[in-house]
Amino acid sequence: MTGAVRYEPVIGLEVHCELATATKLFCGCPNEFGSDPNTNVCPICLGLPGSLPVLNERVVEFALRFAHALRFDVPEQSIFARKNYFYPDMPKDYQVSQYEAPILVDGVLDVDGTTVRIERAHLEEDTGKTLHMGGGGRIHDAEYSLVDYNRAGVPLMEIVSRPDITSAEQARGYASELRAVLSALGVSDVKMEEGSMRVDANVSVRIVGTEELGTKVEVKNMNSLRSLGRAIDHEIERQVAMCEAGERIVQETRHWDEDEGVTHGMRSKEGSSDYRYFPEPDLVPVAPTDEQRAAARDSVPELPAAHRDRLVAEWGISEADARVLLDVPGLPGFAEAAVAVLGGGTAKDVVNWCTGDVLAHLNETGLSPEVLPLAPDGLAELVGLVADGTLSRNLAKDVLGEALREPKRPKQIVEERGLAQESDEGALAEVIDGILAANPDVVAAYRAGDDKERKKKRGFFMGEAMKATRGSGNPNTLSRLLGERLDG
Amino acid sequence: MTAPGGDAAIDVARAVRSGEQKARDVVDERLDLVATRDPELHALLLVLGDQARTAADEIDARVAAGEDPGPLAGVPVVLKDNLCVRGVPTSAGSKILDGWRPPYTATVVDRIVEAGGIVLAKANLDEFAMGSSTENSAFGPTRNPHDPTRVAGGSSGGSAASVAAGFAPLALGSDTGGSIRQPASLCGVVGVKPTYGAVSRYGLIAFASSLDQIGPFATTVADAALLLDVVGGHDPLDSTSIASGVERVTPRLDQGVAGLRIGVVQELTDVDGVQPEVRAAVAAAVDVLTAAGAVVETVSVPSTVYGLSAYYLIAPAEASSNLARYDGVRYGLRVDGEDVAEMNGRTRAAGFGPEVKRRIMLGTYALSAGYYDAYYGQAQRVRTLIIEDFRAAYERFDALLSPTSPTTAFEIGAKVSDPLSMYLSDICTIPTNLAGHAAISVPFGVDDAGLPIGVQVLADALGEPTMFRVAQVLEDGAPAGSGGVAP
Amino acid sequence: MSDRISRADVEHVAALARLTLDDDELDRLAGELGVILDHAEDVAALDLTDVAPTAHPLPLVNVLRADEVRPTLDRDEVLEAAPAAEDGRFRVPRILDAP
Ligand SMILES: [Mg+2]
Ligand SMILES: [Zn+2]
Repeated sequence: MTGAVRYEPVIGLEVHCELATATKLFCGCPNEFGSDPNTNVCPICLGLPGSLPVLNERVVEFALRFAHALRFDVPEQSIFARKNYFYPDMPKDYQVSQYEAPILVDGVLDVDGTTVRIERAHLEEDTGKTLHMGGGGRIHDAEYSLVDYNRAGVPLMEIVSRPDITSAEQARGYASELRAVLSALGVSDVKMEEGSMRVDANVSVRIVGTEELGTKVEVKNMNSLRSLGRAIDHEIERQVAMCEAGERIVQETRHWDEDEGVTHGMRSKEGSSDYRYFPEPDLVPVAPTDEQRAAARDSVPELPAAHRDRLVAEWGISEADARVLLDVPGLPGFAEAAVAVLGGGTAKDVVNWCTGDVLAHLNETGLSPEVLPLAPDGLAELVGLVADGTLSRNLAKDVLGEALREPKRPKQIVEERGLAQESDEGALAEVIDGILAANPDVVAAYRAGDDKERKKKRGFFMGEAMKATRGSGNPNTLSRLLGERLDG
Repeated sequence: MTAPGGDAAIDVARAVRSGEQKARDVVDERLDLVATRDPELHALLLVLGDQARTAADEIDARVAAGEDPGPLAGVPVVLKDNLCVRGVPTSAGSKILDGWRPPYTATVVDRIVEAGGIVLAKANLDEFAMGSSTENSAFGPTRNPHDPTRVAGGSSGGSAASVAAGFAPLALGSDTGGSIRQPASLCGVVGVKPTYGAVSRYGLIAFASSLDQIGPFATTVADAALLLDVVGGHDPLDSTSIASGVERVTPRLDQGVAGLRIGVVQELTDVDGVQPEVRAAVAAAVDVLTAAGAVVETVSVPSTVYGLSAYYLIAPAEASSNLARYDGVRYGLRVDGEDVAEMNGRTRAAGFGPEVKRRIMLGTYALSAGYYDAYYGQAQRVRTLIIEDFRAAYERFDALLSPTSPTTAFEIGAKVSDPLSMYLSDICTIPTNLAGHAAISVPFGVDDAGLPIGVQVLADALGEPTMFRVAQVLEDGAPAGSGGVAP
Repeated sequence: MSDRISRADVEHVAALARLTLDDDELDRLAGELGVILDHAEDVAALDLTDVAPTAHPLPLVNVLRADEVRPTLDRDEVLEAAPAAEDGRFRVPRILDAP
């Protein structure tokens, strides 16, 4: 329709990622997921009276490494502040976070050819976890709640983009690329499902062609890239519908409901946003030294964009396959290690298995590549067995399935199950001759039939031959022998 | 042999180390005194009799086995009840923590025990160390051993009174705006506020983190030096602990003051309401120092007049945040409610006393949106001015002098209904905390009613060695009847 | 008595500070806080635009610890101090507001 007002979304993302340190931000408790509740706690992370924080040096190291990757400025000093509000998952009833003076400012991330500016990245402590009892486990309907402080004090880096993102698709791209960078740097596990990477979106809409930003709504609780995209699309639609209906958008925080596919406004107490920030007197400023900065620069590995380009060039794989591979923490290293010891076959074969059966298995089990019973040289062995004709692709699939679950090398599985491909001509010729002798009517029908009929009957004989060899007959040899007898 | 409870820590440790005296006898003697005297004074919240006797027996066994238990061998020490000791109830003088047993021990306490010292008791204090008379304790006030109708000062009133009554030769307190020096002055004992960062705060229940310091009480300057040397020094558990460590002060005690330049701080001496005898004591102290060869002059540190106002914005602001954790979730008191916020609010209303609530409210207000710049931000700028003015003074002087408190011990109840007049009793001590410097109160004479007067020696950051030289000369030259155990 | 701070201000501050105060306390605090803030007016009135704030008396920077695991507390000891616990966790009444 001509003359109708059109709206465009303006999106900024706030990403919290847990840093993969051995210990928490301010104490020596293990930074570990999945321990028994309230076992990774000490006077400091429980906020006991009289306890004091001391900053983990690894956290500074990780932030400086991240700074090099995303071309951040690292100010002379950064300062921790207290963000004061009462919440039972926060042991001190304040969160130690960087406010006015963050450790990193003004970074950039290239996402599919466009540049998203990043305003800041700062360090802060995570909260504990709350379990809501009764009322279906939802916070507001619960009868009471139970608190576990294992996560309290785990180091977080909060990465705040500028509102440069213009679609849900681009938001996904940004989060995906950021995840790949954090993973490549080794500073975070970036598992959205486990909450070690949490993405909140600030979404507003404005009339196309105008400069002024609309009222922004913060959308939380997306636990996958897919739900991030869905939630943003939904929120854009909701806001555009409100604008078109002449309704005012209120500044608020909304929760994404994955099952219902909608966002819900969250109750919040009036005036609760007066956080009374002030400099944390129990900590001193962080002032990265030249040595720390240099060490961080030297520890930056190849970044995902460069890595993808290299794999496309060196391995001859597609950009899309490279992206899939690099998106899985640990998988690129697994593939590279396999390629390094490849006896036969190609890197492309390795990548196909990695992004196919191996990835499906990882997704299904939630495991990471490092803990698989299959080592990279096992995958290389499998690729070799296909390349030298020992295994058909289908058999290889079976073998891989077992090797991913049992601590057995592919060769061992092949031997145990007698799966090696039969290529001996004499043996296979006997099989073919037996089948033709047992089915004279089909042979006759083949000879009398047209092309279509011949193809069908040929398929029948091949099937019988595979059955007779229990799948181990070399299909190329069988096909040739069959042709010689039927057409020769 | 001196009166019961009269032996200095140095003498006790020497006698115990040499086997001349049993630590067990020392402990028993002091516990007897506690049993006789504390029901009236209420200096102590908890007496650790059995633990102290067991510890004393261990010390004696080590001496018998030829070991040296350390510089505090067999010396009983009283701890302000805001210092955590594993498994020992620690209340901070508050109902909100009544019965709480910390699962860990403060660094200073570990150091005392490693040096052979014996933790004898936990001392009374103003709730969360907020007060100047120990009347804000949820467990009742402490009385002054020199006159039980009067306050012991505060907030470390229980520690000061314990030393003055001879319950122990040494005690630890904490000083945020004068909470060691003012009660030391009122009880006639030595009290030290060390340089910020000189003594670890790990295990000290926080009041105002950028101002709090732990420090010793003793009957003599030398004993105070002994305890400071034991508890001071770097602690990796406290980010604000000075890494270079702190020079030991004991070796400096006999160096005298000849040639030292000492300034009498005009703004801290000519304060409103200063008692004439207190002013006279400072003048007499000047004479003693001059006679010992020091050059004494008056000096102006102008911005210290803003110290009280700045302090009563900064300290409550930090306190409002430090005390948020007392919410009924993890430890201490809980008063139930329909939801968690109601539970928090009721617990805090029931658990905190009036002064603590007042300061939490004041501090919350000073930090809140729209007021931060006018109050908290402005107070931090005044802090800069005070530091700069002191810096100028320390370019000309090695140490400074002033009264510790404008008055001697006042009657119990005299100031409880007027918070501001109570706050004014810290007017001479507060600037040191804002600057992060060191100061000591030394007993120096008595007023017309026979109540102790304290003179304060101030020093720059890490100026303790010089400060103790001056304090020792003042102690040596003090009028008869200054200091020691109350009669 | 000072009227620097209103009764409504005091109520708002009490809510921020999570203190359930009764009417008498709110009235009394309005007066007392006013008196103290009146006294602080000497500081509030100073022109200190060119003076940097001091958050901390020490000029220390970069105090860091190694990323090494230290002993944790015994859970039973931790939960023994709790007003209410269940299943190895701290138990609290229902939570109405989002953080
Ligand atoms: Mg955050
Ligand atoms: Zn911890």
